[in-house]
Amino acid sequence: MSTTDKASTEAPHDAPEPPDSASAVASAEASAEATADATSEAAAGAQLSTAPLEDAPGGPVGIGVFGWARWFWRQLTSMRVALILLFLLSLASIPGSLIPQNQVDLMKVAAWKSEHSSWVTVAEKLQLFDVYSSVWFSAIYLLLFISLIGCILPRSWQFVGQLTGRPPAAPRRLDRMPAYTTWATDTSPDEVLSHARGLLGRRRFRTEAGRGSVSAEKGYLREAGNLMFHVALIVMLIAFAWGQYFKSEGGKLVLRGQGFSNTLTQYDDFKSGSLFDSDELPPFSFTLDKFDATYERTGPQKGTPRDFKAYVTFSNGAHGKPEKREIQVNKPLEVDGSKVYLLGHGYAPVISVTDPTGKVIYKDAVPMLPQDGNLTSTGAVKVTDGYKDRDGKPTQLGFSAMFVPTFAGAGQGTMFSQFPELDFPALALNAWRGSLGVDSGLPQNVYQLDTSKMEQFKTEDGKPLSKRMLPGESMELPGGQGTVKFEGIERWATFSITHQPGSGLALAGAVAAIAGLAGSLFIQRRRIWVRAFRGKDGVTVVEMASLGRSESAKLPEELAALAGALHQQAPTAAPAPAPGVEDAEATEPAEAEEVEGERA
Amino acid sequence: MQLATAANESLAHLSNNLIYASMAVYTIAFFAHIAEWIFGSRSKVARTAAALTQSGTQAAAPAVQVRGRGTTAVLDKPQVVTRSAAGTRDVPDGPGAAGGTVQGDLYGRIAVSLTTLGFLLAAGGVVARAMSVQRAPWGNMYEFSITFSTVAVGAYLLLLVLKKNVRWLGLFLVTTVLLDLGIATTVLYTDSDQLVPALKSYWLLIHVSTAIICGAVFYIGAAGAVMYLFRDSYEAKLARGEQPGKFATSVWERFPSAASLDKFSYRINAAVFPLWTFTIIAGAIWAGDAWGRYWGWDPKEVWSFVTWVAYACYLHARATAGWKGRKAAYLALFAFACWIWNYYGVNILLTGKHSYAGV
Ligand code: HEM
Repeated sequence: MSTTDKASTEAPHDAPEPPDSASAVASAEASAEATADATSEAAAGAQLSTAPLEDAPGGPVGIGVFGWARWFWRQLTSMRVALILLFLLSLASIPGSLIPQNQVDLMKVAAWKSEHSSWVTVAEKLQLFDVYSSVWFSAIYLLLFISLIGCILPRSWQFVGQLTGRPPAAPRRLDRMPAYTTWATDTSPDEVLSHARGLLGRRRFRTEAGRGSVSAEKGYLREAGNLMFHVALIVMLIAFAWGQYFKSEGGKLVLRGQGFSNTLTQYDDFKSGSLFDSDELPPFSFTLDKFDATYERTGPQKGTPRDFKAYVTFSNGAHGKPEKREIQVNKPLEVDGSKVYLLGHGYAPVISVTDPTGKVIYKDAVPMLPQDGNLTSTGAVKVTDGYKDRDGKPTQLGFSAMFVPTFAGAGQGTMFSQFPELDFPALALNAWRGSLGVDSGLPQNVYQLDTSKMEQFKTEDGKPLSKRMLPGESMELPGGQGTVKFEGIERWATFSITHQPGSGLALAGAVAAIAGLAGSLFIQRRRIWVRAFRGKDGVTVVEMASLGRSESAKLPEELAALAGALHQQAPTAAPAPAPGVEDAEATEPAEAEEVEGERA
Repeated sequence: MQLATAANESLAHLSNNLIYASMAVYTIAFFAHIAEWIFGSRSKVARTAAALTQSGTQAAAPAVQVRGRGTTAVLDKPQVVTRSAAGTRDVPDGPGAAGGTVQGDLYGRIAVSLTTLGFLLAAGGVVARAMSVQRAPWGNMYEFSITFSTVAVGAYLLLLVLKKNVRWLGLFLVTTVLLDLGIATTVLYTDSDQLVPALKSYWLLIHVSTAIICGAVFYIGAAGAVMYLFRDSYEAKLARGEQPGKFATSVWERFPSAASLDKFSYRINAAVFPLWTFTIIAGAIWAGDAWGRYWGWDPKEVWSFVTWVAYACYLHARATAGWKGRKAAYLALFAFACWIWNYYGVNILLTGKHSYAGV
């Protein structure tokens, strides 16, 4: 809020001041003088802020492209447009929280699309599934970004000018300033002024002596803070853009006892920004030695996870020395600007398959995908080669599996797990043969069996073959076609390895933004004027006034404290005998009454 | 182990009892506030203040007393005279709910004392809850709600201790705090328990505590904005020469002036904005640690951002001519509505990574 704005544009907005008939005559007389006063007041408040002046509403000045461009630029960098853009930005981010986003959760997007099929075309046209990278959202923040730069650059420039500037001369009428005080003293005007200057200087005001007055200003840091905040916003935006283009993020499921080394081919899935170069992946590797998960055993939140810990042997670089590390949910492993996060975990039943001749042709730990909080998990065992049936014909085998770490018990009517830990593990299998379709070239879900080209094993009475097993148990394929054994249980954990450049810069920007903001909101920029002159009766009249950028209760308090301090050095003159009253009133008070009149 | 659990359960029990006790005390405070308003309505002072408001603005500003030597009013100390900015109504603040009546003031003081007692009980409840779960008591919505209202009342009491003119807020605050606690103990109640691993981080302490403080203090700012809107239309009516209804007059004439309320609301919001900025940044750092990304446009993140931009909007509006006053107040309320929605709506209606045990 700057007083210059206030004088020029604000008055019409608020309730008009009621005319005061009593002082109408006086006002008329004073009107010429008032104009002069107004200019001197405007000067007093000038440059108290570097806020851009609001352009008068109206079309472009001048004709042609240049005129329009200039008009457009002026509009774009005005506070009004900044305000509108900010408001639009807040409105525009809302839809993304109500409609699922591709960027956040593809599954939810798919679910939403199937639920609201009639809206899909419209929503897709409007990019409602990619709000934060949509054309319209980008347009708003790019305009805001340009507006910010267009606003901040001239302000910084102006501010540099102000840093070396001097506080403006005292306005003619100090009693019109927001805070004002006056008293009479026997100290001479020059002495009062030099005391005042010393006093203000000691309180770190920048002072300037004028004719019969002292001007002082303080709180330049406010403007500096404000500029710093806005520049920090620009820095943060640049950091985000940087991060967006160069980031990489990949996921990997690691079985206990197995390892991962950080090359592109090892990832299960990998996403990266458009300027990312895979050579930048830092060379490290780790082995998952052990995974611990604890859960609430009792109470209403039974089964809620309490603690996850992955113990890894980590080696940095191609030939780094192996060292033991722990990775927890909130404590990623940091390597060369990359971070390894622990995301999820689950079980992998170890399954072996024997062919009709009794040869073990498959043995592996098969990760299952958790379906609920108690880790009821599903998955698929795919035996792609090595199996020949009893007739010696090679075929592929597939088993769809459901695994529960804590089985409710036979006859309980549920295969869902009762608790996430391995209290009573059980595995149920269905068996298929035929073509798994893995060589069709289409991407396959490893947790699901594509049974379109498969045939289910049947028992003698023609029912589909299925069996629930405890560890160590096995299932015979009918007709001596082989055996499937549930050998044991392994654990797995998923890790996300991310590389997010620019986050340091973003953090620096954020810290600067908060510091700047605090400066901008908590520091007052204000001016103080002291005037001293000899009144008619030879006594010195001292006047003090202050003007702030924003109205604050602190400013009058500060003026009172300063006046109190100055008053000690220039105490109130002893009252003169009664007849003097008329005299003394003759100079100033007449004006004072007028002032009161005009104020009404 | 068994012993520890028993101790925790008795602490949790104690916490619940303290919260119920605080609700009882707040209820009595509520009636004391009502009594204050009723007795205050019989005040002559209030009538006089209304008369002053109507007769114009002159009487509001203290007269310039110190002039040259010889005037009757030479003071020992220089007296500072303040003037409002051009264009604002120079209306004095109302005398407060008690309206200057002795009886009203007595009830007002009783109300404040009871509010203090209720605050202490509620704070005890929050602490006992924290001890029963041996962590910061911000793991679910029940815990948020009891902390939220306790912080709001604490902020109000702090303003009173700092000798700010905020007694007008008392009735409104106590009423809404009772509502909040009522919802918390009935709808949102969750038995005390440990945290899921994703919430175990010292950033929980930092991010969630500042978030709750911001919300509670923003709430007080929003209350100021609501009061401002009412008082402003009351003043505008008077300025147009109309006479508001008897009840409206009796209430609003006792409030601070619209200009004071506006400033109050602005100061509160401006003071909290940097902290809110910090809260979001702390949240982003935590998300970076917990989920491997700083910002992922999760619904909670979106709404924090919307709230932040809305408050930035409000601050800009205040700095821009033509957008001050009522429009700025509407923006402040919009911003606070975003905050509340982020707090209740997003937790309950939208699912994202920010879901907590037992809501
Ligand atoms: C993301 C965008 C922005 C945010 C979050 C933001 C936030 C803020 C905040 C919090 C303040 C402090 C208000 C006060 O001093 O009371 C402020 C002041 C200011 N902003 Fe922004 N701002 C943004 C964009 C812009 C843009 C685009 C412009 C330029 C057109 C701009 C111009 C200003 C000016 C001139 C002030 C100082 C007003 C005064 O002198 O009191 N801001 N801004």
